[in-house]
Amino acid sequence: MKNGRFGDYGGQYIPETLMNELSNLEKAYNYYKNDNAFCAELDELLRNYAGRPSRLYYAAKMTAALGGAKVYLKREDLNHTGSHKINNVLGQTLLAKKMGKTRVIAETGAGQHGVAAATAAALLGLECEIFMGKEDTERQSLNVYRMRLLGAKVNAVTSGTQTLKDAVNETMREWVSRVHDTHYVLGSVMGPHPFPMIVRDFQSVIGREAREQFLEREGKLPTAVLACVGGGSNAIGIFYHFIPDASVKLIGCEAAGLGIDTNKHAATIARGRVGVFHGMKSYFCQNDEGQIAPVYSISAGLDYPGIGPEHAYLHDTGRAEYVAITDEEAVSAFEYLARTEGIISAIESAHAVSYARVLAPKLSTDESIIVCLSGRGDKDVAAIARYRGELIDE
Amino acid sequence: MSNIYKAFENGKAFIGFVTGGDPSIEKTEEFILEMARAGADLVEIGIPFSDPIAEGPVIQRANVRALNALTTLEKIFSLVEGLRCKIETPLVFLSYLNPVFNYGYDAFFKRCQDTGVDGIIVPDLPFEEQGELRDIALAHNVDIISLIAPTSEDRIRSIAQAASGFLYLVSSLGVTGVRGEFKADIAGMVSSVRAATKLPLAVGFGIHTPAQATEMAKLADGVIVGSAIVKIIEEHGESATPYIYEYVKQMKEAVCEK
Repeated sequence: MKNGRFGDYGGQYIPETLMNELSNLEKAYNYYKNDNAFCAELDELLRNYAGRPSRLYYAAKMTAALGGAKVYLKREDLNHTGSHKINNVLGQTLLAKKMGKTRVIAETGAGQHGVAAATAAALLGLECEIFMGKEDTERQSLNVYRMRLLGAKVNAVTSGTQTLKDAVNETMREWVSRVHDTHYVLGSVMGPHPFPMIVRDFQSVIGREAREQFLEREGKLPTAVLACVGGGSNAIGIFYHFIPDASVKLIGCEAAGLGIDTNKHAATIARGRVGVFHGMKSYFCQNDEGQIAPVYSISAGLDYPGIGPEHAYLHDTGRAEYVAITDEEAVSAFEYLARTEGIISAIESAHAVSYARVLAPKLSTDESIIVCLSGRGDKDVAAIARYRGELIDE
Repeated sequence: MSNIYKAFENGKAFIGFVTGGDPSIEKTEEFILEMARAGADLVEIGIPFSDPIAEGPVIQRANVRALNALTTLEKIFSLVEGLRCKIETPLVFLSYLNPVFNYGYDAFFKRCQDTGVDGIIVPDLPFEEQGELRDIALAHNVDIISLIAPTSEDRIRSIAQAASGFLYLVSSLGVTGVRGEFKADIAGMVSSVRAATKLPLAVGFGIHTPAQATEMAKLADGVIVGSAIVKIIEEHGESATPYIYEYVKQMKEAVCEK
């Protein structure tokens, strides 16, 4: 990375009002990431509060059923608050506190990042406001109540498509209005520099652990590492320490919604073009006029028209490949994992599980793949029931 | 050098903003002609965008109306072409970067030059990122108008020194929209800018009353008003023309008040 860029991607395409703040954030981060006291404090939180290291679980039944490569699941779903989002929010919120901020704001799609941010704010004694698309507050009402229980104020965003991108817009507008005492805890490896770097670094604990755990168990490297991609934070988190291992395939699974040949998908790499939005140059789903396209996925967490700039770079250089998984495939994988391994994963993560079902049988039994199980699926149960035509109370 | 300097030759400048295509391209032309007739020294034309992150609710809704009316960049260029047969008032685009990037920088600025656009304000393009289009814009005689915010502080000098056209001083933190009071040290910002450049500077964000305009014009070379005009369009729709004329006339008088 050079000047906040991954190749040509990234940058700081953001209103002037925020530029000094981004520069302060970068300076603070570069100082504290090498500060022993900060690192020790964060490490303590990650271990004894969030429950790290997360397990690398050998899914024996799934492996046997698929009849090919061994399938390992990196269990981020077992973290406190139920997803990988806690890794980033503990880091950023602790950093915000060191910077003298008294308030954090955050966007959320599915609510996993919002819940994690509200949790960290409660723990560290900061005021917290969450911005969530109105449509998402309806499909994820349990998480809205969870955030409020944790003391956060939840604002339902009614502009635009009322989903994740609009939540980001509104959080940026709020940050521009109140920047002195407030830190924006961005939830993914997106936005203006230094966010894609900071979030990646805090999430890279996933891959660092997974690589060590795997080497210890198998004595070699896996054939492939799979993760779902919206903005791409769990994916970059598990990919990052495998990037230098050229033999390891890195595969991101984006949301194809009703299919990439329909206009109801969120498959940024498959169907997007290079553009500039939300502070970064990257791939975006957009129309001929450069208007950001409304996107769709059954998964609120992947329902985003862009992708982090480092993924755009990994795609262009061919270091990572990106596949698109439909709603139907993801729901089917969600049900499959529940039946086969007794694990109800987040519908986001089920996109990666789905591709594991395709890939594992094509590989030999002495190969292995790691799937990042980025979150747990309690939040999705009612929506999946609805998808299958059954109405249940949440 | 573009024609922007001419906007500051007629006493203190009044700069008005409309979103292109709100409620229709034809009406936008009529509104702009009327603003010019009422004394506007420069007009900003907003290129509608799906996600205008620096705008408050009033201009956000104008963007939605313009996009629903199927406004395209091509239609806005034709609008400028038409206006150029009728008025010489400097015209400046306000656009988020993506529609410009998507059109292609070379093609976009060539089209600006051919139709008669004098400058462009890009709210999501800070100083550090201007490099990728500055030379192209200047080669086509289009000024990139830089913004200076209350948080710019030590950045003011480098922004002002590299600026062209005029400097856009953001009066307050936050998004566009009418405000009752201005908390930032605008006089301080003005003197930092003056120390670094001889370019004219105009203050915008939140200004809507004649009294505010008079007060700001005492500090700066011009006053920019967006949301208040867009609000008139929102309220009166296609019949907004006379209200816009009255409002702009009153505001131009207010900025020229000694």
